[in-house]
Amino acid sequence: MSTQNKKHPDDVETTGHSWDGIEEFNNPLPRWWLWTFYATIVWALIYTIAYPAWPLISQATPGVLGYSTRANVRADIQRFEQMNAPIEAELVKTELTQIPEQPELMNYAVNAGEAVFDTWCAQCHGSGGAGVQASGYPNLLDNAWLWGGTIEEIHYTVSHGVRNETDPDARFSQMPAFGQILEPKQIDQVVQYVRRLSGQEADAALADAGAEVFANNCAACHGADGTGDQLLGAPNLTDAIWLYGGDVPTLTETVTNARFGVMPAWQPRLSEADIRAVATYVHQLGGGQ
Amino acid sequence: MSILDKHKIIEKNATLLLVFSFLVVTIGGIVEIAPLFYLENTIEKVKGMRPYSPLELTGRDIYVREGCYVCHSQMIRPMRDEVERYGHYSLAAESMYDHPFQWGSKRTGPDLARVGGRYSDAWHVDHLTNPQAVVPESVMPKYGFLKDRMIEPTHIEQRLETDRMVGVPYTDEMIANAAADFKVQVDPFGDTEGLLQRYPGAQVRNFDGAPGISEMDALIAYLQMLGTLVDFSTFQPVASR
Repeated sequence: MSTQNKKHPDDVETTGHSWDGIEEFNNPLPRWWLWTFYATIVWALIYTIAYPAWPLISQATPGVLGYSTRANVRADIQRFEQMNAPIEAELVKTELTQIPEQPELMNYAVNAGEAVFDTWCAQCHGSGGAGVQASGYPNLLDNAWLWGGTIEEIHYTVSHGVRNETDPDARFSQMPAFGQILEPKQIDQVVQYVRRLSGQEADAALADAGAEVFANNCAACHGADGTGDQLLGAPNLTDAIWLYGGDVPTLTETVTNARFGVMPAWQPRLSEADIRAVATYVHQLGGGQ
Repeated sequence: MSILDKHKIIEKNATLLLVFSFLVVTIGGIVEIAPLFYLENTIEKVKGMRPYSPLELTGRDIYVREGCYVCHSQMIRPMRDEVERYGHYSLAAESMYDHPFQWGSKRTGPDLARVGGRYSDAWHVDHLTNPQAVVPESVMPKYGFLKDRMIEPTHIEQRLETDRMVGVPYTDEMIANAAADFKVQVDPFGDTEGLLQRYPGAQVRNFDGAPGISEMDALIAYLQMLGTLVDFSTFQPVASR
């Protein structure tokens, strides 16, 4: 029934403070705590000697271990590059068309290519390569190719891009904005003609009149039969595949103001092996020719 | 008089305690911060860095205003995964004209330090208008309203002067021509010679593809120049870092 502390008060001195008669024992700090504290001080000193730390006149002390973040990341990257170096050299050396013939190389190219695609290409062409329908980001899975679907053509397109300002060898073609060339009525006619070409519902009278407009203005690039020309990046208008859309308002917009899809050149950013890998990956997605 | 007794003097005098506490914090601050101002290798010199053009700076202000930094950092750390995904690790010099800087490691969206040139202008318009239209898995909000907000370079001279006060080397010529430079950067047929001379590597395009200068133009002009100024083919990292 005692309310007194079990500890005998004579064992420990008090701090000498007294507030309203309440006194405070001056117990020593726990031994384990104290030694941990001393250890951290010693560790801190050792650490500043081992690693870059103390600022001097022109730079900080480099530390005796020679630690450098930049050297580490360089070494880290080099380690993986060296591991892949033999097969990447093989990839760069091999004719593009021969890559699918060599299973080991093909396996590497497709896997590496997928990683490249997911990092650099998926934002526009979609993570599965299906593009963005009717927004001007081409589907890479189908058989329709604006600039060619052979592995060499894909490799060129990835390397130099399309209509960008940075690469003088970029694929380039520019459809005129026919809004400044044709009468609105002629645009309506040619739109209906293109709809008939692609097997969609069309106004017969307007489409008949549109044939002449097409022959005079569009056939030079899209071909007399409207099947397009991959040398000019002119799309095939006779199929059901549309980059921006095949409905009347979209076609009218396309003819009136034209389109100007841009793809960056990847040569400055990716290695030749990476470009070959991603070209191989895209080629084997399904649409490769 | 033991040291503990002397300590008692400080503990019993609030003003004295405050003064000494302040002194301790000051010493700590000086040791940690002051060397960064005089150490030669804090900001290594690189070729190609220039202050932002007036349009880019306006785009940057919109970037800050819309809180883009809450989800996007602009600092590629020196780690293999980041270097392989985003490009060369960021250098201090690349953000030396940033007020405020956009460093960070909290990324809901990707790092944008080298986003310039990675996508087409049209992609940026599509993506800012409706991010899910091009990246279905994105959680980014829509910023299509930027295209409808037309801007004028009303206070651009003062804006440049303010940056000059905090150390950005804008020249008198840059400030005098700020409004003209602002307008000509979205006009591919305009007289861009002065702009390109004052801001080498500035990209001149109608960024949003629509008439007039909108906030979308300014923001895309800013995004498209991010990380493009330093030529890393000639960059030699300093060994001591």
